[in-house]
Amino acid sequence: MTQSTRRRHHELTDIFADARPVIPFITAGYPTKRVFQDTIRAAVDAGAGAVEIGMPFSDPLADGPAIQLSSQVALEHGIDLPEVLKLTEDLRRHIDVPLILMGYLNPLMQMGFERFARRAVDAGVSGTIIPDCPVGEAKEWRAVSRDHGLANIFLIAPTTTDERIAVIDRASTAFSYCVSVAGVTGARGDVAASTRKFLQRVAAIAKKPYVVGFGISAPRHIKELKHLAHGFVVGSALVRILRDEPAKMAPLEAHRFIRSLVRAAK
Amino acid sequence: MAKSRTKQSKTTGRTFLRRPSRAGRFGVYGGQYVPETLIPALEQLTTDFEMAWASPEFRAAYRSILSEYGGRPTPLYEAERLSERLQRGRIILKREDLNHTGSHKLNNVVGQVLLAVRSAKKRVIAETGAGQHGVATATIAAKFGLSCDVYMGSLDVERQAPNVQRMELLGARVIPVDSGARTLKDATNEAIRDWVTNVDSTFYVIGSVVGPHPYPYMVREFQRIIGDEAKKQFQKQIGQSPDSLVACVGGGSNAIGFFTAFMNDESIEMIGVEAGGCGLRSGQHAATLVAGRIGVLHGSASYLLQSATGQITVPHSVSAGLDYPGVGPEHAFLRDSGRVRYISVTDHEALDAFQLLAETEGILPALESAHAIAALKKLPRDQKNASIIGVCLSGRGDKDLATVVNALENTS
Ligand SMILES: Cc1ncc(COP(=O)(O)O)c(C=O)c1O
Repeated sequence: MTQSTRRRHHELTDIFADARPVIPFITAGYPTKRVFQDTIRAAVDAGAGAVEIGMPFSDPLADGPAIQLSSQVALEHGIDLPEVLKLTEDLRRHIDVPLILMGYLNPLMQMGFERFARRAVDAGVSGTIIPDCPVGEAKEWRAVSRDHGLANIFLIAPTTTDERIAVIDRASTAFSYCVSVAGVTGARGDVAASTRKFLQRVAAIAKKPYVVGFGISAPRHIKELKHLAHGFVVGSALVRILRDEPAKMAPLEAHRFIRSLVRAAK
Repeated sequence: MAKSRTKQSKTTGRTFLRRPSRAGRFGVYGGQYVPETLIPALEQLTTDFEMAWASPEFRAAYRSILSEYGGRPTPLYEAERLSERLQRGRIILKREDLNHTGSHKLNNVVGQVLLAVRSAKKRVIAETGAGQHGVATATIAAKFGLSCDVYMGSLDVERQAPNVQRMELLGARVIPVDSGARTLKDATNEAIRDWVTNVDSTFYVIGSVVGPHPYPYMVREFQRIIGDEAKKQFQKQIGQSPDSLVACVGGGSNAIGFFTAFMNDESIEMIGVEAGGCGLRSGQHAATLVAGRIGVLHGSASYLLQSATGQITVPHSVSAGLDYPGVGPEHAFLRDSGRVRYISVTDHEALDAFQLLAETEGILPALESAHAIAALKKLPRDQKNASIIGVCLSGRGDKDLATVVNALENTS
């Protein structure tokens, strides 16, 4: 491992050092490049522990309507993978929390794993989440990621067996990502009763930290799950703010929203 | 083609995988590129399918529904006037259009719904393009008293209206999908999203040899009855094996179903026909194997129509059932190995073939199947009209009447 590799891995583990981080997700370049950048900076100001940047894909089959729409809009504005990397690099200059790229496998394959990994590292990315690349299909991508010091964050689902949770926990570098319910991304009203049981099951098996996401959209969700996860990902609820608020207000609203979540996580 | 009349079956020792690897791969193609939530369900399905398919009772139930309810075996019919007209050889049609519900899709649906019943699922979902798979699923769901939701791109809802009405009369709910190009790809995304959400209660009946393992393998096994039957019928009725086999390829299930029984006899030429739309150069087509690149979509690695940066592009075909930017992973494998040759025919050529078959044989083919008929004109002329060409007539054309009548009005 090179010096910088070690630093990136540390960065990702460090976010759990003295807090339960709130990790906002925003689709790259949504709703415009400008608002996207401003919103992420606002979210970091508000206390976000790391940031997930969505790499838009034409067929986001793990996503609900809000993130689907955001991907479609971003693609219409030309936010393809090369552009995502450029935006990320720009952002890197202004914020100092770890950046994670989240998206589907095919665009990465077409760029080539090596080339993508190199460019992601150059852009200051710490790790990736690829929802349509479960552990069983990730051999090559994991090897390339390891060479470049990029973290792999795998998903754990409520349907995942105990044996598989252990496998995924080992495969994830830094941390794993628990999806709160079987389903696609999207804001939900209440925390499902099954989510607590699921997270308790993960707690008993996982050795690394794990965050929870999918459906986290209000401070009370975080309060309810506070002692059951090491961090909280908020995606659709934030993307909806960007969809519904006028461009001028969006970063402000996002700031207020993330701050309320960060407080709930304290 | 048309080599010697007394040809010997030729097994060259090349092996065309009889089943995928444990990881669900045909060569480098296939796999399980799906969200984690679905992995345990796919593992369970793989086991359930293997056990069922090895069980004589399951096979008996599958066969008896297909014969007593579905009308199998479907006839093998020599199209003499068509052969006379085309001078490419003796054209023999495998009449999958005569299945109950009007296409080969029933074979697969019967298998999958029997599996759903065995695993006590009360709800099935499906994606559909032409509506044939949706109709077949709605039909068998009705027969078994299961609730059934069918996802269909809203463009296809318009152009295949009769099938939407059929599904609704059969008690299914048709859910129009407005995202993307509003066709089969988008319906498939939405069906997968439903399955991820309702995986415990719902069986996803996929309509072709696509999707994550075990679907491409399982659907092939449920469709291979086409070729298994045809092989016997060729011997009995024609007195010899075919020289060539031709089938249209959307996802590839009728083609794989037709080819599998003959796969290891390399003296038999196999041709898969993709939708050339407005022509390959126009970019408006669905010829995935002819013009696509390797990538990952809907759970498996295969050829895809995509942009340089890996976004899936919008395909085009006059035929809703072929209008799909992916193709089954086993076809990708067969393409690379050269065992099957893939070509494309345009919308125009398919429409001409539709009329040709109607006028020479009194059969209205599905527009999908019309692609296979159109491909015959691309075969070399056969002076003696002696070689035996098997064509899979995958479905009937009633559903396409509006499209065909419209297209003919526009061109005349
Ligand atoms: C009659 C008919 N033939 C062919 C197809 C294409 O599917 P596949 O390539 O899986 O046979 C369809 C799909 O809807 C169809 O309805």
